[in-house]
Amino acid sequence: MEVFTEYRDQIVGAFWTTVQLTVFSAIGALILGTALAAMRLAPVPTLNWLGAAYVNVVRNTPLTLIILFCSFGLAQTLGMSLVDPKSPTSIVDSNFRLAVLGLTLYTASFVCETVRAGVNTVPLGQAEAARSLGFTFSQNLRIVMLPQAFRAVIIPLGSVLIALIKNTTIASAIGVAEAALLMKEMIENTAALILVGTIFAVGFLFLTLPLGLLFGRLSKRLAVDRQ
Amino acid sequence: MTSASVLFDAPGPRARVRNRIISVVTLVFVAMAGWLVIAKLASKGQLTAAKWQPFLTADLWRTYVVPGIAGTLTAAALSIVLALILGLLLGVGRLSPTTAIRRPCAVIVEFFRAVPVLIMMIFAYFLYALYDTFPSKYLALAGVVTGLTLYNGAVIAEIVRSGVGSLSRGQHEAAAALGLSWGQTMRSILLPQAVTAMLPVLVSQLVVALKDTAIGYQITFVEMVRQGTVIGSTYGNYIPALIVIAALMISANFALSAAATRLERRLRRSRQGTQPLEAEAIEQGGAPSALIEPGD
Repeated sequence: MEVFTEYRDQIVGAFWTTVQLTVFSAIGALILGTALAAMRLAPVPTLNWLGAAYVNVVRNTPLTLIILFCSFGLAQTLGMSLVDPKSPTSIVDSNFRLAVLGLTLYTASFVCETVRAGVNTVPLGQAEAARSLGFTFSQNLRIVMLPQAFRAVIIPLGSVLIALIKNTTIASAIGVAEAALLMKEMIENTAALILVGTIFAVGFLFLTLPLGLLFGRLSKRLAVDRQ
Repeated sequence: MTSASVLFDAPGPRARVRNRIISVVTLVFVAMAGWLVIAKLASKGQLTAAKWQPFLTADLWRTYVVPGIAGTLTAAALSIVLALILGLLLGVGRLSPTTAIRRPCAVIVEFFRAVPVLIMMIFAYFLYALYDTFPSKYLALAGVVTGLTLYNGAVIAEIVRSGVGSLSRGQHEAAAALGLSWGQTMRSILLPQAVTAMLPVLVSQLVVALKDTAIGYQITFVEMVRQGTVIGSTYGNYIPALIVIAALMISANFALSAAATRLERRLRRSRQGTQPLEAEAIEQGGAPSALIEPGD
C-alpha cells in the first residue's frame, strides 16, 4: 500500500489525462463520424465513395500506426504544429493534441458505421413520410432520421466510447502521460507488479463499467416508442 | 442500401445538375487538399527518390519488413487459436446451468473486456520477466500473445454466447425431448449450428487480432509498425516507411474484412440452417452486456 500512497497524485493525474483524451476525442469523433455517415448516405456518389474510402482505410489501420504517423509524420517531419511553440508546455501539449487527433480520426470511422446502422433501424415509413412532405435530403436526415437513429444506437455508441477509453492507452506510444505510461514506469520503479497491475485494472473498470450501465439505462429511457 | 435511397427522391433534371455540381466541387476540393499534401511533402523533401529508393532494395525487405510481417503473423495466429479455445470454454461456461460455473465465467469475460489490451500486455510482459517464464527472446511475443488471447478470448466468448442464443428454442427443446443431457445438447446440437452463425464474426475478429498486434509496439515486440519506425529512423524516411507499412496492413485487413462480409452474405443466402450473426456486430466490444441485460 506504500506504493499506492506514494504515487497517489500521479495515478490520479494519469487517469485524469486518460479522461481528457477520451472526452476530447469523443467529441471530435462524434462530429466527424456523423459527418462521414451523412456523406455515405448522401445522394451524391462522389461523397458516398469518399466516405466509404475513409472508413475502409482508417478502420483497417492499427491505431498505433495512426498515432505514430501523427507524431513522426505530421509533427516531426512535416513540422505541422498544433500548439504555440513559445508556450512553456508546448511539447507535452503537442503530444496530447496529436494523440487526440489520431484517436478522433480512428474512432470517427466506427462512429460513422454505428450511426449508419442506426439509420437503417428507422422504419422506411419515416423517410417516406418525410419525403412526401417535401423534405430535402438534409432536412430528412437532420429532422427525421438522425434523431431516431441516435436513440436506436445508444448502446453501440456506448461500446465505441468504451473502446475509445481503452484505446487512449495507446497514446503512451508517443509519450502522453496517461495511465499505461505511468503503469510501465511504476512497475519499473517499484517492482510491485501485482499491486500496480491491480490498481490500473481497477482504474479502468471504474471508468468503463459504470458507462456501460449508464448507456444501458439511457437507451431504455430514450428508446423510440414504436407501437 | 434500400434505406439509403429512401432518404431522397429519385433525382430529377435539376437535382442531377446540383449533384453533379456538388460532385465537381468535392473533387476539386479533394484534389486541392491532395495537392497541398503533396506540395508539403515535396517541400520537406519527402518525395525525393532517395526516400523511396530503399523500398526497392531486397536488403530492406529482408532485414526489416519480413521479420515484422513474421512477428505480426505469428502473434496473430497464436493468439487467435488460443483465444478460440479460451473463448469456447468461457462462452460455454457462461451458458452452463450451474451457477458456480456461470458466474465466474461472466466475471472473467467482463473483466477482460473492460481492461485495455495494452495494460494486459504490459502486465504479462513484466510478469513473465519477473518469473523467467520465457527465454528473453520470446518475452515480448509471450506478452503480446497473452494480452491478445485474454481480450479476444473474452470477445469470442460473447460471440459464442450470442451464436448459441441466436438458435431457435426448438433446437434446445427437441434435444431435451430426446433425453440428451446439457453437455450432449451443447456438443452435438447447439455448438455445431452456432459455429456456422459465428463464422463471419470470427473472421472479423481476426482483423482485430491482426491490427492489435501493433499494440505490442510498446513492449518492444518486433512487428510491422515497429519495423516501420525502425526503417524510418535508419533511412530517415518516416513518412514513406509508415505509408508502406500502412498499405501492407490495410490490404491484408481489407481482404479479411471483405472475406467476412462475403461469407456472411453467402450464409444468409442459404435458406436452410441458421442465419449468421452480422460480421461487425461485436467487433468493437467492451460494453458490459451482462450488466445491461437484466438476469444473467
